[in-house]
Formats: sequence, C-alpha cells, structure tokens
Amino acid sequence: MTTTLQTPLGDEVLRLHAGDRVELSGIVYTARDDAHLRMKMEGVPFDPKGAAIYHCGPVVQNNRILAAGPTTSARMNNLSGFLLDLGVRALIGKGGMERDVREQLRNRAVYLAFTGGCGALAASHMMLRGVFFKDLGMAEAVWVIELDSLPLVVGIDAQGNDIFETVRACANREFQRYRKPES
Amino acid sequence: MCSTDSSAMLRALEMATTDALREAVIRLPPDVKRAIERAAAAETNPVAKGELVNIARNIAAAEELGVPLCQDTGVPVVYLTLPPSIPLTENLYDAVAKGVRRATANIPLRPNVVDPLTRHNTNDNTGDGIPAIHVKPGERLAVTVLPKGAGAENVSRIAMLFPSEKDGIERFVVETVLFAGGKSCPPVVLGVGIGGTFDGAAALAKEALLQSIDHMDPLEQKLCDAVNRLGIGPMGMGGDTTAFAVKVKTAACHTASLPVAVNVQCWACRRATREVVW
Repeated sequence: MTTTLQTPLGDEVLRLHAGDRVELSGIVYTARDDAHLRMKMEGVPFDPKGAAIYHCGPVVQNNRILAAGPTTSARMNNLSGFLLDLGVRALIGKGGMERDVREQLRNRAVYLAFTGGCGALAASHMMLRGVFFKDLGMAEAVWVIELDSLPLVVGIDAQGNDIFETVRACANREFQRYRKPES
Repeated sequence: MCSTDSSAMLRALEMATTDALREAVIRLPPDVKRAIERAAAAETNPVAKGELVNIARNIAAAEELGVPLCQDTGVPVVYLTLPPSIPLTENLYDAVAKGVRRATANIPLRPNVVDPLTRHNTNDNTGDGIPAIHVKPGERLAVTVLPKGAGAENVSRIAMLFPSEKDGIERFVVETVLFAGGKSCPPVVLGVGIGGTFDGAAALAKEALLQSIDHMDPLEQKLCDAVNRLGIGPMGMGGDTTAFAVKVKTAACHTASLPVAVNVQCWACRRATREVVW
C-alpha cells in the first residue's frame, strides 16, 4: 500500500512504519554538509515547521533540475538534530542514518529513502521553485523544489524502527562465518 | 581515413572524449541493463523490488530526456589505446582534458573536481591528475571513459594479505561490501584486483570494471554468491541482489605479497568507448 503525503507535514508522519511506500508531494529543501553548517550558524532561510529536507546536490541548468538523486545521508548524522528541534518532519536521502538520529526522529519525524542514483527519475517528479545560499555552489546550495508524487520508502519510522539497522544486523550475523576460530 | 594531421587527430580525440562521456552518463551499457532486469525479475523482497523498479524507470527517464541518469556524474577516468603511428605526447592529455571541459559545460556534468586540501572547485571537472588518463598500446586510437561516482569509490579498499591467507581474499571482498552497507548504492559491481604491487592492485581493480558483466568465471561467481549471502540488497534495505557481478583481474606479484584491491561500483556501472576517427 502506498501512502500519499503533502508538505508541510504534520502528525500523519507518526503513523508511518519502516518499509511503507510513500509518495511525497509539495515543497522540499535540498541540503548537504555545507548547507547544514550554514543553517546552523546563520539560521534556516525557510519555515522549518513541517518541512522536508532532501539530502541532495542536484544538476541544475537554466533554472531546471536535470538530475537530483539522493546523496549519502550518513554525512549529515551529526548535523540534523537542530533541524528536527525546529520542527522538520522528514529527512530524505539514501543509505540511512545512525542511532542518534533514530532517537532524534522518535515521536517527531521520519527518514524517507529514495533510490540512490535515480537522478533522472527524481527530476521527472520535480519543479525548481527557488534557491538559498547559491554562493555554496551547485551541489551544496539549498534548492527549493516542488515534488509531484516522488516514490519513497520509510527507512526509519517515528517509533524507532530502522530498516537499515535490521538489514545490517542480519549481514553482520552472516559475516560471522568468516570469523577465525579462537586460538 | 586517418591522416597524419595531428591537429585534426587531437580535435577528433577531444570530440570523442565528450561523446563517450555523454553516452556514459546518460545510457548504461546493455550488459548492465540486462543484469538489472534479471535482478528485478528474480527479487523476492518487495522493498528491494520497488528499488529495482525505480532504477529501471530512472534508466528509461534518462534516455528519454537525454539527461545524466545520476546527478553524481563522477570524476573522469579515461583509458586510451594508442596505435604505433601516434606518439604519446602531452597534447593527447590536453585534448582529453578539453573534451572533459566541453562535456562538463554541454551535457552538463556536475562540477565535482576540487583541490584535495583547499577543496577549491575548478568547476570544469579537470585538475592536477584529473582526468585520470591511462594509456595502453592498441591497434586503433580509442577512448574509453569510466565516470566514477564518490559513494562507491569512498568505500573501496585495499589489503596486503599474507600469501598463506588465500581464503582471506573472499573474506576481504565480503567485508568490504559489509562495511559499505547501503552507502555504495547497491546492487554493486565489484572490480577485484589480485596481485601486482600496492598501487597496481588498485589499478587492476578499476580496470576489472571495464569488463562485461554478462559472464563470471568460477572464482568471480563464488565471490559474488558470498557477497549476496549478506542480504544487504538494493540501497541497503535488504534483498536477494547485493552485487550484480564480481570481475577479477590478476597480475604476478612478489612471493611474499598478496595484494587485494576491491573497487566498488554502484549500480550505475557507467562506461563507454569511442574510436577516434579523423
């Protein structure tokens, strides 16, 4: 089953479960390492209440998004808490985030995964609406993007269920067979 | 067909480099598309199947719109084959770099290349030692490009194993994928370099990625099966296919050494070759 969501987001995100499919519409803001650092220092240039942050550095040409897949969210592990404190309801990216973020999300927000590398597919669901911090360069600027039903998966839900963590635990168990016997 | 006019040759090399990059970042090679289709058809995990469907739809969207299939258009890694009639000069390197600059502006490519310490971006995807150009003798002048994204490159590893640890090769390959988790945009292709020197093993691993993934030999298949038992799946969210293929290249090495390098390649296994005609 697919849940449709529209930004700004509210308590409806609390009802999502890890593994659920979601189609997200409305405004999202791209932000990578540099943009997070800038927002932490200088403040958030948009209303963070109910906002969705997209970990992404797009290819933009003539005010058009050409490719905009997700970047590795783990780089923002230590940079996301202040955004969630300000009322951000969804982080979107790839690869999952660490345990601290899982706790920061609890009862407040969700982590949504978009398929890594799918820049062209993402762009076909997007309209560029604006930009902040353009001086950070194309990859690091905060682009304001309107989504039309972007297909996502709930990676970490607001109850602390984490699909990446579950998979990692299974993979670690499988790897035990390479453990050298104790001498 | 090929005159001895070197300026025409250099111009043709520049254009061929741009064309190869355009092809590589927009269209995946047929063997890679086949691997994705096979994995999607066989996948039993619904989340994983959804990811593979997104990948297939993305490939179609990029081809239809003529845009890069991933926003990380990589750093340009280039392999040149040089016939005996063409001398290896600095001009060849310059022509390839010009082709990269044109590709960056025209396709466009995301400007990814920076100084390693100041992090200053050249904004044209060239810099000291980039494009990375590898030259080999051949029958014809041809340029092969392998645009390499950072997500998978960052989780690539090298080990200097003891020669008595041959079983350690499989362990190291599987461990590399385990550590990478979802960060490398699986399903991956693994280029494994075994033997040679410390630097040579890494070069072999990258060259292994140039091979077709339609077939694997018994060692490659064994490594691939071992990786897939991890169950990491597409994007690290679980599934049957963590690696589409493992490709191995070997070289002779010191009797006291066993270098093993694993170059991880995301599902977007981009490569394209253009013969240079002038």
